[in-house]
Amino acid sequence: MDLATFLVQCLNALQYGLLLFLVASGLTLIFGIMGVINLAHGSFYMIGAYLAYALAPWVALHLGGGFFTALLLGMMLAVAFGYALEWGFVSYLYEREHLQQVLMTYGLILVFEELRSLFAGDDVHGVKPPDWLTGSVPLGDLMTYPVYRLFMSGVCIAVALGLYVVIARTRIGMAIRAGASNREMVQSLGVNIRFLYRVVFAAGVALAVLAGMIAAPVSSVYPGMGNQVLIISFVVVVIGGIGSIRGAFLASLLVGVVDTFGKVLFPQAAGVLVYVLMAAILLWRPEGLFRQG
Amino acid sequence: MNGRSQKIAAVLCAAALTVTAAAAQAQSKIKVGFMLPYTGTYAALGNAIENGFRLYVQEQGGKLGGREIEYFKVDDESEPSKAVDNINKLIKRDNVDVVVGTVHSGVVMAMAKVAKDTNTLLVIPNAGARAVTGPMCAPSIFRASFSNWQPGYAMGKVAGEKGAKKVVTITWKYAAGDESVEGFKDGIAASGGQVVKELTLPFPNVEFQALLTEIAAAKPDAVYAFFAGGGAVKFVKDYDAAGLGKTIPLYGPGFLTDGTLEAQGASAQGLLTTLHYADGLDLPKDKAFRAAYQAAYKAAPDVYAVQGYDSAQLLAVGLNAVKGDVAKRAELVAAMEKAKIDSPRGTFTLSKSHEPVQDIYLRKVEGTQNKVAGVAVKALADPSPGCKM
Repeated sequence: MDLATFLVQCLNALQYGLLLFLVASGLTLIFGIMGVINLAHGSFYMIGAYLAYALAPWVALHLGGGFFTALLLGMMLAVAFGYALEWGFVSYLYEREHLQQVLMTYGLILVFEELRSLFAGDDVHGVKPPDWLTGSVPLGDLMTYPVYRLFMSGVCIAVALGLYVVIARTRIGMAIRAGASNREMVQSLGVNIRFLYRVVFAAGVALAVLAGMIAAPVSSVYPGMGNQVLIISFVVVVIGGIGSIRGAFLASLLVGVVDTFGKVLFPQAAGVLVYVLMAAILLWRPEGLFRQG
Repeated sequence: MNGRSQKIAAVLCAAALTVTAAAAQAQSKIKVGFMLPYTGTYAALGNAIENGFRLYVQEQGGKLGGREIEYFKVDDESEPSKAVDNINKLIKRDNVDVVVGTVHSGVVMAMAKVAKDTNTLLVIPNAGARAVTGPMCAPSIFRASFSNWQPGYAMGKVAGEKGAKKVVTITWKYAAGDESVEGFKDGIAASGGQVVKELTLPFPNVEFQALLTEIAAAKPDAVYAFFAGGGAVKFVKDYDAAGLGKTIPLYGPGFLTDGTLEAQGASAQGLLTTLHYADGLDLPKDKAFRAAYQAAYKAAPDVYAVQGYDSAQLLAVGLNAVKGDVAKRAELVAAMEKAKIDSPRGTFTLSKSHEPVQDIYLRKVEGTQNKVAGVAVKALADPSPGCKM
């Protein structure tokens, strides 16, 4: 591998890692901070992608806006949806065992897949990126890099920074972290923990939907797309340390590097390398790279 | 009534019952069991196959070999682990005379094993797994679709003829991908080129960027890619976005662009693929079939509907030869082996391993159609290594 190829592969790894973080960040919030094993997270990602596909023509017709109007509308729907879902289902799960959480959220996967099949069919669909993001940048004489992928990376970095500031530097972030350590204590200090958790869950759903909408022009929209994302997201969250945004960020980049170079250097083992990485890190630090916080 | 007359009555009753049973046998329907995916990703394919099959039977007045057809259905869910149970439901519970299925290669392998062990007649309307007509081949197993090797071989031959000397292949690491690449290697070897690098990634991973960079660095004359569904859409778009579409021609089997063109949009335009069916075939049979299918189901037929239709045609040849008496299995199989099927895809015959010997078309993407651009290989037969029959 010469230097130019190596550098492009590094860019590939970074870009994939950042996208992983965007998907996994919502799971870190819900699984890590709220302690709910949310298998339906991949479904939220899928819903996001299908929203991007469904909203684009509707927005163009009725609101006259483009990609970003659809994005904004999709996020608003996602927050409302997440809020309602927490109220109707997830709020009953906090005091229960993990097995019941798994059953409930697995049931949600089946429901969402069937609804998707009913409303959107089983075909593969493409989503167009906004016109000004369709170009590509040449990388030497080797190949070109689509501008949209760079834009995705930019969004991921912005979300990472935003999450870090909210969780680590604001009062609401402090309450969320405290609630993760001791729910009852925070409640007795006068914080409305029910409402807080509802907001965190809605934010987690919104992040997954955002990831789906942003990824749709690159990944296309197809049945079962959420399940692939779900497993790798859990790997990221576990490697990073449950509940740590910083850990999830580092873990995403690590997984990105291992996956990219694994595919190139050890193609026969590419499928398991990420899991080997997870096993190795858990042996070294059983709680993941970073502890909660 | 004394003992003697009781006995006589019993004998008479038994005789009467036997006669009725025999009469019922003569008029009873032939039981066809569909084992197809009716839910999940492949549901649309399963329905198209069933529609095609039923269309042919309807055209024959609802009868094959002079007997009416009764259908039984099992949803195989494209789930290999349930395949044995599912096919046994048709064979043991419903006592079907013939099983028609399926789409998924993993499921069909399990089905073929059961069909071989129980000597059940099996007609495969899609799944291209090579082993089924290779080491696992059996007198009772027929395929009316294709083998994964066939489109690969044809594309390899065309790529070599177009002057590609060094080719990189890329596919998911699973049976269908491996078999397709194997076909491509055989094909391009026959026309003077070679595969210099085989790239794979785990199924169903769709993060291609790292491997696209490898392709760019290797600078081959052409690339052969085997993907389907969502993976095919993403690969074709990523390949184009990486700027490779302009410099290195991309070839693939028809699945790379079948049913995915709306989603692939501009990035698929002009791509060359090979398959046993294409849009714009100028065949009277194809036109008649397309019109009849459109009228019956208010939808345009695809390659899967054609394969379902041909499965019924192939079965009909056998049933007609024995006048609907499925007990005469040897004669029925012999007739099917000699069948010459007038398919919408063009006429095909069967090889010794019960695999279609068929023309593979070269197709070019124009708009949302895979337009026929000639015949890549005429009457191509899979050599079916390992089949002893």
